[in-house]
Amino acid sequence: MKIIVCLKQVPDTNEVKIDPVKGTLIREGVPSIINPDDRNALEEALRIKDENPDTIVTVVSMGPPQADVALKEALAMGADDAILLSDRAFAGSDTWATSTAIAGALKQIGDYDIILCGRQAIDGDTAQVGPQIAEHLGLPQITYVEKLEVKEGKVIARRALEDGYYVVECETPVLLTAIKELNEPRYPSIKGIYKAYREEDRVKVWSANDYDVDRENIGLDGSPTEVSKSFTPAGRDSACEILEGNGKEAARQLVVRLKERKII
Amino acid sequence: MNFTLTKEQEMVRNVMREFAVNEVEPIAADVDETGRFPKENVEKMARAHMLGIPFPEEYGGAGGDEVAYAIAVEELSKVCATTGVILSAHTSLGSWPIYKFGTEEQKQKYLVPLAKGEKLGAFGLTEPNAGTDAAGQQTVAVLDGDHYVLNGSKIFITNGGQADTYVIFAMTDRTKGTRGISAFIVEADTPGFSIGKVEDKLGIRGSATTELIFQNCRIPKENLLGEEGKGFKIAMATLDGGRIGIASQALGIAQGALDVTVEYLKERQQFGRPLSKFQGLQWMVADMETEINAARLLVYNAAFNKANGLPYNKEAAMAKLFAANTAMSVTTKCVQLHGGYGYTKDYPVERMMRDAKITEIYEGTSQVQQMVIAANVLR
Repeated sequence: MKIIVCLKQVPDTNEVKIDPVKGTLIREGVPSIINPDDRNALEEALRIKDENPDTIVTVVSMGPPQADVALKEALAMGADDAILLSDRAFAGSDTWATSTAIAGALKQIGDYDIILCGRQAIDGDTAQVGPQIAEHLGLPQITYVEKLEVKEGKVIARRALEDGYYVVECETPVLLTAIKELNEPRYPSIKGIYKAYREEDRVKVWSANDYDVDRENIGLDGSPTEVSKSFTPAGRDSACEILEGNGKEAARQLVVRLKERKII
Repeated sequence: MNFTLTKEQEMVRNVMREFAVNEVEPIAADVDETGRFPKENVEKMARAHMLGIPFPEEYGGAGGDEVAYAIAVEELSKVCATTGVILSAHTSLGSWPIYKFGTEEQKQKYLVPLAKGEKLGAFGLTEPNAGTDAAGQQTVAVLDGDHYVLNGSKIFITNGGQADTYVIFAMTDRTKGTRGISAFIVEADTPGFSIGKVEDKLGIRGSATTELIFQNCRIPKENLLGEEGKGFKIAMATLDGGRIGIASQALGIAQGALDVTVEYLKERQQFGRPLSKFQGLQWMVADMETEINAARLLVYNAAFNKANGLPYNKEAAMAKLFAANTAMSVTTKCVQLHGGYGYTKDYPVERMMRDAKITEIYEGTSQVQQMVIAANVLR
């Protein structure tokens, strides 16, 4: 089986600064990590590989050259190959341009059974890139996957929706987006870290010239999104209420309060 | 001159930090309180290849280096000194002598499972009458056909009762003094080998520290490590490396204590402002930060020398002496800065202060480190 995992390197905080002119994120000085949902996507691919050792897991990312750290980390977790799409031509891409660039690369790779993405990235929070890639490639998509079963030529996925679960059976190839409930990502192995750096060519860097990509729809110029303003919203008024009484009484009070607010 | 970590070492630090914070820190207080050995930490470390960091892949290791190993012990010790010493004793004391002095067969049979983390290692040198004076070994090994027969006991053995593979020292020729000591690889389930007293300690309470008892314990002849009579040399060489591990542990304890204290100083209000705004306390923070950074340079320098085949006997001794001092002085100040709260188990600094003390004692007391350093300087 061939699995492709799309992942994004993101700043390790929601408190990143925003460029006042461009309205984009300032990434310098903020530690970078693999986007959390993408880690779950990768873990699922590696779990499938653990059960079916002939599985090949390829990770694909788009980003600046230093995003290779995220791919090395993915290799250290157990991925087989990594491709970094990196070119000035991709700079400033919105979700449309990003999914165009990634979908082009996946077409080039061609051979895959499952594409796994994280639900959404903690920096942009759009949850659009995964579904858009599926549309570009004409693939069925199953989003918000919290349980996955892989069978011969098909997958059975359980989607977590607000009011319940939705179990979907689908033939491969298929694109899935993972949520954190799907699994508990493993730690990169120390051995894997040294191996990933020793074997230099395991992260292949593709520029826009290295594969067939729709030039009109990449980078800042190919991005239909215009950011009119980025700002930090003012905090909402919050109030704290102390529930008196013993534990049992306080718990009863808490249930009443939560029901009043339709939380439970 | 280059003081930056390699990309690999940087990633090892990030992974170890994440692992320590997510897996080890949440149980650290309980491990201390109950004195239980945190087996789950060992199993999780094994899965991520953290138990054989400096050994080559061909022997089951991670193919990493001594600096990365020092960083691993440091990051674990920032949140749990118990887990830090389990890794240190396993790697430096239990596994390294087999890597350095073992035959190819011994490496395949014993080092590979140790470095993979399938087995845990320990090291038995200290005896009731042979502490700093390690040459006063009373445990004896007598050759009888294809076996050495061990009789005697060891005390204060880290990972005792938890380890599967022990490197044990014994007298094969009493007439030769230190040249009469030999090293052996002993499997935990060897008949005649048992665990005696389990120590109840001031700190590193989850780390198993026990007595080892040998009663007509028959060790196959092929488990002699190195040559007969070379045991003392093996022990001293092993302790040189072990000191880097303990220095890293001390460094981690100090850094961990300062980290939680900085948070506390920013939050705790007295006289209408946070403690961090008081200049007298700022000076204490500045001194601690400086001492910790100096300790880190000494520790990484010793590890760098070891990784690069340079002498590290004096460097390891200086690193351990200074880092242990730093751990004790920083944790004591951190308890002070927490005031009454620091003396309670509601905050981790009292545990860190108790944990710090052992770094001045084991794998050579601070006074032994001074002897080693002076011997190098006055040579």
